[in-house]
Amino acid sequence: MTVKVTTTVNGGQVSGDVEPNTLLVHFIRETLGLTGTHVGCDTSQCGACTVHFDGVPIKSCTLLALQAEGHDVTTIEGIGEPGHLHPMQAAFQENHGLQCGFCTPGMIMAGIGIVERNKGGLTEETIRHELEGNICRCTGYHNIVKSIAAAARDM
Amino acid sequence: MTAETGIGARVTRKEDVRFITGRGRYTDDINGHGQLHAVFARSPYAHARIRSLNLAAARQAPGVAAVLTGEDLAAGGVGALPCGWMIHSRDGSPMKQPAHPALAQGTVRYVGEPYAVVIAASREQAQAAAELIDGDFEELPANVDTGSAQSFQPIHADIPNNLCYDWTLGDEAATDAAFAGAAHVVELDIVNNRLIPNAIEPRAALGDYDPGTDVLTLFTTSQNPHLARLVLSAFVGLAPEHKLRVVSPDVGGGFGSKIFIYSEETVCGWASKKLRRPVKWTADRSEAFLNDAHGRDHVTRARLALDADGRFLGLKVSTIANLGAYMSTFSSSIPTYLYGTLLAGQYTTPAIFVEVKAVFTNTTPVDAYRGAGRPEATFLLERIVETAARDLGMDPAALRRKNMVPRDAFPYATPVALVYDTGDYQACLDKALAMADYDGFPARREAARARGRLRGIGLSCYIEACGLAPSRLAGQLGAGVGLYESAEIRVNPTGNVTVFTGTHSHGQGHETTFAQVVSDRFGIPLDQVEVVHGDTAQGQFGLGTYGSRSLAVGGSALMKASDKVIAKGTRIAAYLLETTPDDIDFEGGVFRARGTNKTKTFGEIAFAAYVPHNYPLEELEPGLQETAFYDPQNFTYPAGTYVCEVEVDPETGGTEIVKFTAVDDFGQVINPMIVEGQVHGGIAQGIGQALLEACRYDRESGQLLSGSLMDYAMPRADDLVNFDLDVVRTDCTHNPLGVKGCGEAGAIGSPPAVINAITDAIGVRTLDMPATPLKVWTAMQAGNAAATGS
Repeated sequence: MTVKVTTTVNGGQVSGDVEPNTLLVHFIRETLGLTGTHVGCDTSQCGACTVHFDGVPIKSCTLLALQAEGHDVTTIEGIGEPGHLHPMQAAFQENHGLQCGFCTPGMIMAGIGIVERNKGGLTEETIRHELEGNICRCTGYHNIVKSIAAAARDM
Repeated sequence: MTAETGIGARVTRKEDVRFITGRGRYTDDINGHGQLHAVFARSPYAHARIRSLNLAAARQAPGVAAVLTGEDLAAGGVGALPCGWMIHSRDGSPMKQPAHPALAQGTVRYVGEPYAVVIAASREQAQAAAELIDGDFEELPANVDTGSAQSFQPIHADIPNNLCYDWTLGDEAATDAAFAGAAHVVELDIVNNRLIPNAIEPRAALGDYDPGTDVLTLFTTSQNPHLARLVLSAFVGLAPEHKLRVVSPDVGGGFGSKIFIYSEETVCGWASKKLRRPVKWTADRSEAFLNDAHGRDHVTRARLALDADGRFLGLKVSTIANLGAYMSTFSSSIPTYLYGTLLAGQYTTPAIFVEVKAVFTNTTPVDAYRGAGRPEATFLLERIVETAARDLGMDPAALRRKNMVPRDAFPYATPVALVYDTGDYQACLDKALAMADYDGFPARREAARARGRLRGIGLSCYIEACGLAPSRLAGQLGAGVGLYESAEIRVNPTGNVTVFTGTHSHGQGHETTFAQVVSDRFGIPLDQVEVVHGDTAQGQFGLGTYGSRSLAVGGSALMKASDKVIAKGTRIAAYLLETTPDDIDFEGGVFRARGTNKTKTFGEIAFAAYVPHNYPLEELEPGLQETAFYDPQNFTYPAGTYVCEVEVDPETGGTEIVKFTAVDDFGQVINPMIVEGQVHGGIAQGIGQALLEACRYDRESGQLLSGSLMDYAMPRADDLVNFDLDVVRTDCTHNPLGVKGCGEAGAIGSPPAVINAITDAIGVRTLDMPATPLKVWTAMQAGNAAATGS
């Protein structure tokens, strides 16, 4: 029943055997063991599973693993690491843009997309509007908005 | 280093690095060798008798290792899930506590109640097999309504009127006398809407039994792993305490919902022992909606008596509190000792009487959710005070100021059993009004009117009691556990420090805040302090994190333990420096013989303690490691004033929050950045309750209508604004750091500010939460009539 999927994740080619109905997020978490991408809901509302798919933020619960065949996926683990943080990661720490950390990888991946879509014209209103697909229960978004605005200055 | 990283410093968080790089380790990230997966069969009915369960097909399905029912658990010696707080009714009788089996036996009483579990090689196989369970249910009449629960047929056969307890607090005769002499009486009917917690990490559990050692390790999303171990051992009977290890690794938010002992972790632990394989369960969001303990759900009638000058004379409150179908772990304490005791608020009301009837319904159990009782009390009080001001034609700020406990009246004993140690409510009010430009509001209202918008302003002057609690008092009031906290400080031989706390951080930043405290005390760099929590095999027993207690109680234990370390270090230093302990000063990480230039650093003392070649072994044990338990003398009483300003679109009833101001008094603040974050999040949850969040059940079928994130409106970034925060500082008088809890204040103080602002904008007396556009629009059309329902 399983089928083989080959894709590029965080710059390296990976393969795995999956059920045809396996979601991309489960392929990332369970087959590849990249547990920084989280599952927070079952209706594609929360955004905790946001990754970059060919450079564009998507919710990885909305794609089958098979749809990633031949594509380029970047997860939170692929954008920076301790000591070499992506500006968005650094901005979240600097501005206390996270508390429990569970929505954070999705917020960071979505935040990068917001900055890249709005080069030169990013307002607080735009950040708040474009974050509507990512839910945080801890921060009240105040410092997430601040983090993304700060990162925009450094990206 | 103190100025940059010590007490009071705005230090970025140590724990962030792992979270922002995807290296957090949450329960679902952990897997056991040869692990099986559990999927629960859940009741599709709000109330039904289970005539029979045909499990044969499920048991024969591919990959299935076991299908277990409530009868199997009972036969295996698994006890019912207990409620840990005994409440007595006004007639002295104990509360009526129905049995709460981990898997239903014979009857299901709410939609989503688990009645069987399928354990299989993969989650998909377990899911497929669970759908093959053939249950024959006889549907019974169900009630989800709080207000009418007492007249519904008993949900538990042995509990008449569905009444768990009928509890009172205060002097009824004195309160009645106050009303008899009142110039004005204001009456208000208030609903406090049921909420669903929705921490973004769903609950999860992994039981991993080792037959070689007979130790069961349970990884679970708990706010209080030691308490979970105690309950699962002593009451549920999962394993003896020394053979049960509970690990709460990184936990993705709790807000109360992860305090409690639930069915799923119980079953995963027990099944792992039975099957001798790791057994894992991770909730999907739908299960979280159905099964995580809900919050609030009160129906109240309140009356406030005032004299001719607007002084509060008496408050009389009658509340019905919905407990759901069963009693969750601490559910009985929430609408009683965490609610009735808060009804004095910031005011000198001399006579208060409250009665609370707690009822059973065919709904998910209700328990502590951020604020837990105090938001319900604050909403009631700040709504009725605001209403009184409007009825009397007084400025709401002036009426509050007139009745506030004066700043020179502390300690202040309320008529509802609390003693406030300190506060300055007038200063919070003054500062908040200035920040919110209260005086400039009429002009802003006029400007809005010119734009066709209705602008309103609302106040909330809250107080809350947190930092649970003096154990002796809690015991007298019915608590089944103590409420102290523990800390252990291990100074390592090389001079860095590992700190163990019995509290648990699931977003609060203890790894940073607690390290700041220890770094400050010992005069060592922040990165030399590591804080460990969440594993019963590592740290000593502690009570966990809820009720904004971690710093006030756990931080105090840490101070006690650090005092002991410094005391022992002083004796070691005295020996090495050839003087007496009384002549040793310790400051900035250096022990100094007073009046000399002879010193030993903290690191040198640690090394001497572990390599005791030149050491007073006759008088002192080697090593430098101290433990402390701290039992609080009182609650801490954070208080403040919140001001919300809204604009309502009269065409749609849509409400926009245009400004939100919060001034809080948390005493000494260790890390202002983290405290502000706690307030932001609390306010967001409070605004969520006020504007967006409604747990809805179908009244006929008892089905949960708001059962997904598409049906239950969580606050999103574009629903909210940036919050203007500041603080007033009066230090707590009875804990060594002078701190008050900050975790729940935002959720406690904000809902009435929002509703007071909307009712001000549209000129109505009452408006139930959440104030959806439909409800606001309907209320506007009805003029001053009450807006109820959705």
